[in-house]
Amino acid sequence: MPSLGADMDAGTISEWLVKPGDTVSRGDVIAVVDTDKAAVEVESFDSGVVDELLVGPGERVPVGTVLATISTAAEQASEYPPPTPTGPPAPQQPAPPESPPPSPEPAAPPRRPPEPPPAARTVPVASPLVRKRAAEAGIDLASVHGTGPGGVVTREDVERLVSPRATGRVRASPYARRIAGELGVDLSRVTGTGSGGAIRALDVHAVTERAGTVEAARAEEGGGTAPREATGEERGETRQEGLRRATADLMARSKREVPHYYLSTTIDLSRAMTWLRERNREVPVEERLVPAALLLKASALAVRRVPQLNGFWCGDHFEPAPAVHLGVAISLRGGGLMAPALRDADGLDVPELMKRLRDLVARVRAGRTRSSEMTDSTITVTNLGDQGVETVFGVIYPPQVALVGFGRVVERPWAVGGLLGVRPVVTATLSADHRATDGYTGARFLGTLDRLLQAPEVL
Amino acid sequence: MTADHGHEAGRRPGPPADAGTKRRFELLRQMLRIRRFEEKCVELYSAAKIRGFLHVYIGEEAVAAGIVPSLEPGDAIVSTYREHGHALARGVPLEALMAEMYGRITGVSRGRGGSMHLFDADTRFYGGSAIVAGGLPLAAGLALADRMRGHRQVTACFFGDGAVAEGEFHECLNLAALWRLPVLFCCENNLYAMGTALARAQAQTDLALRAASYGMAAWPVDGMDVLAVEDAARQALGMVRDGGVPCFLELRTYRFRAHSMYDSDRYRDKAEIEAWKERDPITALVSRGRADGELTDEGLAALEEEIAVEIERAVEAAEAAPMEPVADLTRFVYSERT
Amino acid sequence: MNEKRVTYREALREALREALAGDDRVFLMGEDVGRYGGCFAVSLGLLEEFGPERVRDTPMSESAFVGAGIGAALAGMRPVVEIMTVNFSLLALDQILNNAATLLHMSGGQFNVPVVIRMATGAGRQLAAQHSHSLEGWYAHIPGIRVVAPATVEDARGMLPTALADPDPVLMFEHVSLYSTEGELGGADRQVDIDRAAIRRPGRDATLIAYGGTLVAALAAAEELSGEGIEVEVIDLRTLRPVDDATVVGSVRRTHRAVIVDEGWRSGSLSAELSTRITEQAFYELDAGIERVCTAEVPIPYARHLEEAALPQPAAVVEAVRKAVG
Repeated sequence: MPSLGADMDAGTISEWLVKPGDTVSRGDVIAVVDTDKAAVEVESFDSGVVDELLVGPGERVPVGTVLATISTAAEQASEYPPPTPTGPPAPQQPAPPESPPPSPEPAAPPRRPPEPPPAARTVPVASPLVRKRAAEAGIDLASVHGTGPGGVVTREDVERLVSPRATGRVRASPYARRIAGELGVDLSRVTGTGSGGAIRALDVHAVTERAGTVEAARAEEGGGTAPREATGEERGETRQEGLRRATADLMARSKREVPHYYLSTTIDLSRAMTWLRERNREVPVEERLVPAALLLKASALAVRRVPQLNGFWCGDHFEPAPAVHLGVAISLRGGGLMAPALRDADGLDVPELMKRLRDLVARVRAGRTRSSEMTDSTITVTNLGDQGVETVFGVIYPPQVALVGFGRVVERPWAVGGLLGVRPVVTATLSADHRATDGYTGARFLGTLDRLLQAPEVL
Repeated sequence: MTADHGHEAGRRPGPPADAGTKRRFELLRQMLRIRRFEEKCVELYSAAKIRGFLHVYIGEEAVAAGIVPSLEPGDAIVSTYREHGHALARGVPLEALMAEMYGRITGVSRGRGGSMHLFDADTRFYGGSAIVAGGLPLAAGLALADRMRGHRQVTACFFGDGAVAEGEFHECLNLAALWRLPVLFCCENNLYAMGTALARAQAQTDLALRAASYGMAAWPVDGMDVLAVEDAARQALGMVRDGGVPCFLELRTYRFRAHSMYDSDRYRDKAEIEAWKERDPITALVSRGRADGELTDEGLAALEEEIAVEIERAVEAAEAAPMEPVADLTRFVYSERT
Repeated sequence: MNEKRVTYREALREALREALAGDDRVFLMGEDVGRYGGCFAVSLGLLEEFGPERVRDTPMSESAFVGAGIGAALAGMRPVVEIMTVNFSLLALDQILNNAATLLHMSGGQFNVPVVIRMATGAGRQLAAQHSHSLEGWYAHIPGIRVVAPATVEDARGMLPTALADPDPVLMFEHVSLYSTEGELGGADRQVDIDRAAIRRPGRDATLIAYGGTLVAALAAAEELSGEGIEVEVIDLRTLRPVDDATVVGSVRRTHRAVIVDEGWRSGSLSAELSTRITEQAFYELDAGIERVCTAEVPIPYARHLEEAALPQPAAVVEAVRKAVG
């Protein structure tokens, strides 16, 4: 069981995406683990053939428990061309494509099928997760048009086919559900008159009285899917509560253990905004940049120059991180907060960073985070400008030692050299762990950040 | 087995076995039986045959042996979690006690009580209570019932020095004195409330004095001298039974082993323990018997043999005894109505 | 014997008198039960009638005299122990929980404890936070004892003989607001069945579950709702342990809605227990969420308006039923 977060002690396998005998490659998603905070896809760190799954779905095990064994013999098979089979044909794989996929890190990267495809029929390429989802939904992958790189079937392709059947959860009392079942009434066709539109027994009776039993019998056909959807929804609620609780625990721990200090400065963004405007004028809409991307990039570079803020507090000492993985605080629909990492953010150019950011936000909000993104953030940036906030005083994610907050970019009267003008400005704040650094270091960071944002063209 | 046995062996003919000799041999038998039973319990606990908490009575045998046989058959006993000795001296069958240690259905409490909760209706043994001082109110109530019905029975209530610090102790001594309840309060002062020395827990360490403040006869007794205990018990029981008043004995004694199995015993000096072992009540009585010519080696060996056989049989029976069926788990939460 | 109008207090006294007269194993003890006549005047006159041996004033030693009652019961007596209020009973909780409730089981069935422990419970008389709480729900948590709460004059009269006939410990909770209430008393020596909850008012639209002092509020609410055309079935639990699931669940199966009135605090309460039992046994009968009306989670305050605001009032019960019925 991999550690998928600083606050994770144990995790539950929610599903296996491989089975013994399957060939996996380093980086393949092989399982989904529920960490209370999120369902996280677990990647394989080895290539080979799955020997044995040691922990079953639903089992909760501590971090460090061996989940499965992979025989690395097959790694050779993938590195060398398969020899002419002399014995019974073993599951083997074609060599990986030489050229990398066009998109650097799509949600569902192309996967090689774990078994040799039957010659007669073309089954499109799809990841194990996508296959499983398709199988559950009763969708034949061969009938799906893949929109991923090279025609790969993505999860979205499958979900598009599934979703028309999925209806929202019906709010109905247990008694109403029971009699609806007995009378063959499809609850999705009943109008609820109870609190919050809940369907009650009298609403069900009203339908049967109005429509008569023939209509009710016809309505029965569509009734089958409702309970299954309800179950999924209920599980979703539980996870959201788990996320809230996990956030609560972590934040409480932070406020309990971490002596925060806070610094704030207002930064003139007139140059940065001008640069952005000019650049955006030259590129297609989908490639346009938002100020947040600049702020993130500048933060990443600033923290590289003030490395005392980039890393972890380990019991009694600070350990600097070798790279800058920027945790980006993303609020979830329906509440809760996650801060997955933009890895090596200091080395990405701004357009690339922007692209990664979009991808990350979309996947986090869809509940599909990769395990590597859930760990190892070295410093977190939270931007509440979208919400109209001017100043953010954030709470540090332990064991990180700093959190950078940005508010809204606003126009303000601004005096320079005795002259007053109107400039776009942003308030940048730093919450930092006083055990690791002092205000002097924090001030240096904010000063560096300011200077960097005055030269957007070199970011 | 009596002292006559040694006499018959004829090697060291002593004086003819008078009533006093017989009585002293009986006291020795009581104490030795308790000692050997407790030693077996320690062994069985180490072998994980007995689990839970186990508090043995080794060192304190003179108290139970001196007091309990002085009671009449209809008298009642309320005891604590260190009560194996009281139960054995009372005549609760050793086999049923051992079975209870094993948690078997043949145990005195059908395996529901264990070492700390031995009960026996036949001998009016109202149990070991594992709440310090928790048994005192029961004793007051048992005595109240006997008095209200005009019975001449006495309730003997055993508790440790730790109980004197509890509110229930003072409430009950006051109530017993106020209502003239026939209770013999037997405070086994072994100087430690678990690991806390008496002087570290109580401002006034003269416990008899504190009992006396409630207006009842109360005095300290050498709890390592079984004959002294027996004398005191007879005197006190006479006052309770005939005088219709409660009485308090502070029995100054010492436990040779830890509070319960495997405490670290860090709170006592080894020298202190050794000094008290010099006053081992069994050794003392044996020495005296030998010196007086009342007790022969053969007589002692025969007694040991008799006790060893009894205990071994009890262990065998307990090993072979059935468990209470799990289906009966909830039996006796409420009375079974017929 | 003709029906007569008596107070709840008089009904309890009558039951005690009859028990003392009819069985010489029975005796009453507690603080100020004799000369004073009982803190709530329940035992007024009994000392004169039965003497100080059988109507015993005790010292302020709850643990000692409750424990002595348990001990006397072990020895075959039938003691009735009175504790002034449930708050004081906590001083005897050790004896009730560690001895009365455990001895039969712990002794492998050898020693039953036929003691009856009576105490006043509840608020409403501006007695503030150390005389007003409703902790009967705590006692209802304990296996090995039976917990009853007479809510009517008839039950005040009839529960004591039934409790004294019980071979096991019975705790009887008398709500302070009931002592002066009046009601009809039927036949002379009628024991009541404490195994069954009672339906005090039949109805079809919702089941309203109450006990002890809250029955009054429940019945008042039911009357008001009836004026709106909502017919509520009011159940008086009577026995809080063991709960008569059959009557409660049977009613919910008919009405499909449940509202619980409990003078205990909401968290970890008897109402929580009832609610769970209903969902365990009749989930698919429920046409609305279960509603609870409980005491505000505060120590009961002295000032009248605050005390009233803390307690389950008929208006809140009406509101809860309206919400359930929708």
